[in-house]
Amino acid sequence: MKALVAVKRVIDYNVKVRVKADNSGVDLSNTKMSINPFCEIAVEEAVRLKEAGVIDEIIVASIGPKEAQEQIRAALALGADRGILVQTDDKAYPLQVAKILKSIAESEGTDIILLGKQAIDDDNNQTGQMLAALMGIGQGTFASEVKVEGDKVNVTREIDGGLQTVALPLPAVITTDLRLNEPRYAKLPNIMKAKKKPLDEKTPADFGVDMTSKQTITKVTPPPERSAGVKVGSVDELIDKLRNEAKVI
Amino acid sequence: MAILVYAEHDNNELKKATLSTIAAAEKMGSDVHVLVAGSGCQSVADAAAKASGVSKVLLADNAAYEYQLAENVALLVKDLAGDYSHIVAPATTTGKNFMPRVAALLDVSMISDITAVVDAKTFERPIYAGNAVATVQTSEDKVIVTVRTTAFDAVVAEGGSASVETVATVEDAGKSNFVSEELAKSDRPELTSAEIVVSGGRALQNGENFTKYIEPLADKLGAAVGASRAAVDAGYVPNDMQVGQTGKIVAPQLYIAAGISGAIQHLAGMKDSKTIVAINNDPEAPIASVADYFLEADLYDALPELTSKL
Ligand SMILES: Cc1cc2nc3c(=O)[nH]c(=O)nc-3n(C[C@H](O)[C@H](O)[C@H](O)COP(=O)(O)OP(=O)(O)OC[C@H]3O[C@@H](n4cnc5c(N)ncnc54)[C@H](O)[C@@H]3O)c2cc1C
Ligand SMILES: Nc1ncnc2c1ncn2[C@@H]1O[C@H](COP(=O)(O)O)[C@@H](O)[C@H]1O
Repeated sequence: MKALVAVKRVIDYNVKVRVKADNSGVDLSNTKMSINPFCEIAVEEAVRLKEAGVIDEIIVASIGPKEAQEQIRAALALGADRGILVQTDDKAYPLQVAKILKSIAESEGTDIILLGKQAIDDDNNQTGQMLAALMGIGQGTFASEVKVEGDKVNVTREIDGGLQTVALPLPAVITTDLRLNEPRYAKLPNIMKAKKKPLDEKTPADFGVDMTSKQTITKVTPPPERSAGVKVGSVDELIDKLRNEAKVI
Repeated sequence: MAILVYAEHDNNELKKATLSTIAAAEKMGSDVHVLVAGSGCQSVADAAAKASGVSKVLLADNAAYEYQLAENVALLVKDLAGDYSHIVAPATTTGKNFMPRVAALLDVSMISDITAVVDAKTFERPIYAGNAVATVQTSEDKVIVTVRTTAFDAVVAEGGSASVETVATVEDAGKSNFVSEELAKSDRPELTSAEIVVSGGRALQNGENFTKYIEPLADKLGAAVGASRAAVDAGYVPNDMQVGQTGKIVAPQLYIAAGISGAIQHLAGMKDSKTIVAINNDPEAPIASVADYFLEADLYDALPELTSKL
């Protein structure tokens, strides 16, 4: 069986972004970029499935700027076998990304397609579901457990009320939640080896996909600031403030 | 054209998230219909018909929709989409699961988790864990959006008298099967709609301490219990309690964070609360930057004292 894992290059989760003064977007110059944390969990899951003998080959794909190579290499260092960079400087919206991933998944004949549940830059939480719909296959979103049994996969999902398990025939799309696994750190020899693993370069046009979206971001503004609060010296003072100042209890 | 709102429910009760979603939909246009998809869910449709601002309820009552599997529900919504300019659902795990599927089936883009309606085609939504707000404009003929329900005041649940129409088509994609469910049972209010939330973090050290220190305070206040990711990852409490960028979004009247540092991912889920209290033994903890009242204290002393004095 083959797995496809989609990884997105995003701002590192530790960095606090700043909105540009002209409200055209956020300032990404000189900021640390990383593999989206949920995508890292997706790569780890694929590697574990490979280690368990369920999967023979792991392909990672990223749609983005030339520098997204770094994130593909990072995934290869974690244990993926080869990469595909679909290079574009256009903003990659979920529907367009899903269309490209569909082409890749179908031409590669992948059985398990793993994505993060959300990219922590745009916080869309759409791409995996769109991909599953375009391919006409089942989806196990927000996965906290994945068990492949023969030609189906059981996915336990983190839902608002607790947990839900669904069974999906393969091929299927799985999107990862935080509890699915804890990604390993890449070891130095594996980082070296990853440099030699194959990395194909493509463009959206190779897949017949036009990156323009009917959606545009017209403005990006900072969120409303909370006014600075006060320190309270005791539990009694806290209770007094909550009763008589905030009037919330 | 009318606007279709997808109802959040558990086959018995219409959830408040639906009422907030209707409120958001009313800002996009005037004629709001509500779709209730489920199994044995007539009572939900009846409740939706009473909600203020709803002119019609569509009831799709079939075993295929019992667990609202995305594969089936998305086909149903796509079948109905022709009559609507907007399709709107709450950004719950149900809405997040099937709505992008609907969008892809219709070959249109989607806008997730809106916090404001500027006009029928322009919306605001938080990005980068709420560190920025994007204004997004769409030129799609069909607008597909999910709504951050805490950002919209619910419409009144009573007083309306919409008609209820049955949807006859049944869509069973045959691409997924429900296996099992483990739902949290609690007598406390629902986390996302509670007036007061008491949350604990890594500093609680284990599940027993949640029971011993967080829950009594929550019960005294009639509050829901929340947690940071660290507390959930460590297994102190179940996943459905995680508040944050990638968990639940809450905006209660009062949010009490005990032993939570205030990472941006946590703040993203609670910083729109009306009043925020932080109890932390580190005065430099980032949570101080959003707290209205910061009590520098050991939570193991402060929480029992607070509980007993209330
Ligand atoms: C992709 C991604 C998504 C994430 N999503 C979320 C999310 O949705 N929600 C979320 O919460 N986090 C999320 N996180 C994690 C987040 O970055 C933090 O790691 C997490 O919020 C920390 O939890 P904490 O505050 O409980 O623990 P810590 O950061 O360890 O803080 C513990 C706090 O307790 C205080 N303390 C210790 N002992 C005591 C005591 N006796 N009395 C009082 N105070 C004490 C300490 O001073 C400290 O401030 C996410 C991270 C990533 C990478
Ligand atoms: N440009 C991209 N390249 C590769 N994968 C992506 C891209 N955008 C989104 N994805 C995948 O889709 C997931 C969800 O992203 P989103 O729907 O944008 O929140 C991510 O975790 C990735 O697995």
